[in-house]
Amino acid sequence: MSEIDHYSQVWTHRTPKTRLMLWAFWAALVALFVWCWQVMTAGTIWAFVWDAPRQAADIGSRMFPPRLSYLPELMGPLWDTINIATLGTIGGVIMAVPVAFAAARNTSPSPAILRPVALFIIVASRSINSLIWALLLVAIIGPGLLAGIVAIALRSIGFVGKLLYEAIEETDRRQIEAIEATGASGAQTLSYGIVPQILPAFWGISVFRWDINIRESTILGLVGAGGIGLKLQASMNTLAWSQVTVILLLILGTVIVSEWVSAKVRQALI
Amino acid sequence: MMLRLEGLSKTYKTGDTALGDVDLSVPKGQIVGLIGPSGAGKSTLIRCINRLVEPTKGKVMLGDVDLAALGKRELRRQRRRIGMIFQEYALVERLTVMENVLSGRLGYVSFWRSFLRRYPGADVQRAYRLLDRVGLIDHADKRADALSGGQRQRVGIARALAQDPELLLVDEPTASLDPKTSRQIMRLLTEICAERDLPAIVNIHDVPLAQQFVQRIVGLRAGRIVFDGSPDQLTQSVLTEIYGAEDWDAMRKDDEDQKSAETEQRARLEAIA
Repeated sequence: MSEIDHYSQVWTHRTPKTRLMLWAFWAALVALFVWCWQVMTAGTIWAFVWDAPRQAADIGSRMFPPRLSYLPELMGPLWDTINIATLGTIGGVIMAVPVAFAAARNTSPSPAILRPVALFIIVASRSINSLIWALLLVAIIGPGLLAGIVAIALRSIGFVGKLLYEAIEETDRRQIEAIEATGASGAQTLSYGIVPQILPAFWGISVFRWDINIRESTILGLVGAGGIGLKLQASMNTLAWSQVTVILLLILGTVIVSEWVSAKVRQALI
Repeated sequence: MMLRLEGLSKTYKTGDTALGDVDLSVPKGQIVGLIGPSGAGKSTLIRCINRLVEPTKGKVMLGDVDLAALGKRELRRQRRRIGMIFQEYALVERLTVMENVLSGRLGYVSFWRSFLRRYPGADVQRAYRLLDRVGLIDHADKRADALSGGQRQRVGIARALAQDPELLLVDEPTASLDPKTSRQIMRLLTEICAERDLPAIVNIHDVPLAQQFVQRIVGLRAGRIVFDGSPDQLTQSVLTEIYGAEDWDAMRKDDEDQKSAETEQRARLEAIA
């Protein structure tokens, strides 16, 4: 029962030009894939690859059964690892808070100078992996836990600072305005108008970063920054594969527990 | 005269005039309903008084102080004399009702006292008295976001009164409320103003509601006062003058004015620490 009138029955989602560009995009992607595949096969020594299942089975058989008697010896380094992550997170968060307030458009004391500086600190911290921070710090302050803690802290500034300054910028300005209208000072406006609004985000971000830091601190030992990674390196160097299994299982267990804690805390905050 | 505006003007950076040469006097105890189409400058007018929006020129005399001429620190002190009530309550949602009411005292207490929530006994007592007055004494320790719209607006009223103000600025107090709650809130406001002999300027777009509750109505159109009289003088022809016949071009311009006001507002908020 459709009525025929002067309105068109034809409607297309995309213009012919966008359709053409879409096709070109997919064609280019396929070409790139084919090219990459060729580069990859040219650089591969296939003898090793054909050998892979046998090697994997060999290492697998050495890794099993895990040497569980090694476990008690790992408790000290594990405690160190947890401490590196926790102290590093606390240090990073403390340094990140002023950076975040300086970087947020609505709270920056000087948008022209301080804000770019704060943003640069955030980018610099984020662009360097904590393993590389640790490598640098082991060279500067020597091997040990302190290097690990500082590395984790420096890496955390960027992460926490970025998420926190975004939370600050997303605050409801009417609530802030209402506090201002009472005659509150700048510091009071901050503590009554802004802080209550960002507090849940603050705790959520901090716990989330702690959870990430637990994972990151397990490998810091590889470059001499203390913790369970040190044991992992030692076991691999001596080809003690059954100990490596124990360490990997322990790391897995720790990460699962920390993720569970972090999820619980963040759930409680919402 | 409690409040006297002389030649108050506001021109936004985009060149749009939100207020042009507004003269208005409000005596003690009088409630003025400010009506007009959206974008007429009602909100700008109210915000120019406590300088949440900076007026471009003119005087804002509160008693014998010209608010428009004050420096930052002195402005903060004078803002304590002006209570403000907002359209969407603007309570700090994650703080308790009590904290919200006490925040009306921020201008009177030191930072550390407010930070540690150690308000003077007299302030706490005043807050309890006000909560009782607005009928929320049992909700003092609830979080603000646990309350209904009408209850939140009553907290907003208690916060404004906690300042012990000499003037109330009320920005669309009922815009987010249902008709019955709107009437309750307007009744509460008028009663409180009568009890304390408080003058108030109430932005309101609901004309019948304004006629029911206020003693004087000021009509604003395109930033200028086009009507000033008692509610019963508000005839059909006066309403047409304020709101215009259905003039779509004007409406489109109003939207633009609103947009430039919001842009400037955002820029201003970005500038504050």
